Amino acid sequence: MSRLDAAFSRLRAADERALVAYLMAGDPSLDATRALVVEAARRGADVIELGVPFSDPIADGPVIQRAGQRALAAGTSLARVIESVTAIRAEVSVPLVMFTYYNPVLAFGLKAFASAAADVGMDAVLVPDLPPEEADPLRAETDAAGIDIVHLVAPTTPPARARMVTARSRGFVYVVSLTGVTGERQALPPDLGAQLKALRRITRKPLCVGFGISTAEQAAAVGRHADGVVVGSAIVRLIEHQGTSPSLVKDVGELIASLKQPLRAPSATSAKTSTESPSTGRR
Amino acid sequence: MTRSPDAGGHFGRFGGRYVPETLMAPLLELERAYAAAQKDRRFTARLKELFRSYAGRPTPLYFAARLTEHAGGARIYLKREDLCHTGAHKINNVLGQGLLAERMGKKRLIAETGAGQHGVATATIAGLLGLECEVYMGAEDVERQALNVFRMKLLGARVIPVESGSRTLKDAINETLRDWVTNVRTTYYLLGSALGPHPYPMMVRDFHAVIGKEARRQALAALGRLPDVVIACVGGGSNAIGLFHRFIGDRRVRIIGVEPGGHGIETGRHGASMTAGHVGVLHGCMSYLLQSDDGQIATAHSISAGLDYPGVGPEHAYYRDAGRFEFVSITDEEALEGFHALTRLEGIMPALESAHAVAHAIRLAKTLPRSKAIVVGLSGRGDKDVHVVANSLGTPVESGP
Repeated sequence: MSRLDAAFSRLRAADERALVAYLMAGDPSLDATRALVVEAARRGADVIELGVPFSDPIADGPVIQRAGQRALAAGTSLARVIESVTAIRAEVSVPLVMFTYYNPVLAFGLKAFASAAADVGMDAVLVPDLPPEEADPLRAETDAAGIDIVHLVAPTTPPARARMVTARSRGFVYVVSLTGVTGERQALPPDLGAQLKALRRITRKPLCVGFGISTAEQAAAVGRHADGVVVGSAIVRLIEHQGTSPSLVKDVGELIASLKQPLRAPSATSAKTSTESPSTGRR
Repeated sequence: MTRSPDAGGHFGRFGGRYVPETLMAPLLELERAYAAAQKDRRFTARLKELFRSYAGRPTPLYFAARLTEHAGGARIYLKREDLCHTGAHKINNVLGQGLLAERMGKKRLIAETGAGQHGVATATIAGLLGLECEVYMGAEDVERQALNVFRMKLLGARVIPVESGSRTLKDAINETLRDWVTNVRTTYYLLGSALGPHPYPMMVRDFHAVIGKEARRQALAALGRLPDVVIACVGGGSNAIGLFHRFIGDRRVRIIGVEPGGHGIETGRHGASMTAGHVGVLHGCMSYLLQSDDGQIATAHSISAGLDYPGVGPEHAYYRDAGRFEFVSITDEEALEGFHALTRLEGIMPALESAHAVAHAIRLAKTLPRSKAIVVGLSGRGDKDVHVVANSLGTPVESGP
């Protein structure tokens, strides 16, 4: 059983929702990213998405765009991210999903990428500009190497297409909550519940919802319908604000804990979070 | 040898649809709407009539006698797209896509623009059809194409300067795609070059194919035979694919695309993705790209904002690999020489984009006998570039409005 499958089975058995935390690798440095992943896993992140910076991130809003620029300016490349995972994997068992645009993967070489990613202990790859129709060449290599490709469904995805996308997605299905780019939003789309309900009729795979979720209240609301909640820009923005501050790792850990709290099983919540502030979320 | 893309929009290994999932269903819908429009006689008849009475088609094929004499070799003919309404070939595509947007019931047009010619053309069609229009333009291009920015505003469009990345056409496309992902239900993305996800490269080519159809017929009438060479500048490659497409099956016609050589290929400051690029994926399609070893897209450079792009349309990439299209490059300096030569000798001031094609035509004509004939795609007129040329001469003119 893959690490992702095991993680979601364990969470389902415990009636718990997954917190999927996105970090831009190399922002502010790859060493910092390693420390942040370890802390995030320790404070409750169930899956880590590791972003690979790209010069032209068309699916990302300003916060993650800026993080990518900082990471590139710090000399981050796909090769160095993969290399850095060796040290991360030595410290954590949390599933790691690489979030990368397609061109760096093509430049690395599909076969080399898949086997290197598998060797260092990556579990899956999510490529936002690679729809299933174009994914066959990469899938051939990731299948051979034994890692998953996570595909996305969007609010514009019609049912027949959603059936195809969810059938090809492995590990989990990434549900894009809104039409737009990544980034925090004041309110989530009102039809999100209905969208998830429709997807439940199509697939039994875990559904993780991302784009626009930044507060514990939003995480709680989404967690009522989904198997997991992806938070990216809110974490990345905190890292942007803290920069190289000595409390960076601890502060990100606090944010992770506050986002995870409403996703824990109702019975477990009081016991596990008794030491934490009842006030949740960032405003 | 001509071919349409496969069902997924691939020209061989190039093209395709590499976009976020949110755009997949809208692109499939666009493809269906375009197919339906092509079969609708009212749509095609209306487009044809607008080409004639609004855009000013057919554009002439002009024998440039003094330019020919100056080069001292093959005869040079100019396909005068600079005489189109709004001053460039771009009007062909926006008329086609504008009518399609209207047919699909979209009320808002968005577009990217480099030199501003496509932005002006899109603003024009938005006015004609009564649609809302917003144009994304790299902040650097906003500065160097002030005249076109003002024209767009006069036409009622909103111009949004893009500050990210290299602040040129590449970044304008990123931002237009982000807008489209956000507003896809109400908005039509009127893409201005022969690139992007399927069906754009095919659709843009089809609407510009009129250039080559006319040029071929006109050349036959003027020469009694086909030309020996056709030449066009290539940024994304829309005017070039429009001129070239009808000639692909004419095996004895050499087809040459001219890329922006910037400061020279060896300096790394250029936009010659065919000459110096590698296969990759950008803006929804697979093609040749200027990029680093680890797959980051490089910043292109050209004196001409319309050619300042690190990629090229996928159909060009296909015909390059198939050995049908040749690609050469012309530096900024050579393009300026072409600009001055055509201006002085023929009284025709070309856009700096088109000046690249003119410069190569002069270079090539020198090596060929007078019995040979070259058709050059003169894609646009040069009014918009006068201040860039003035700066290059060290005599800046007062900046525009």
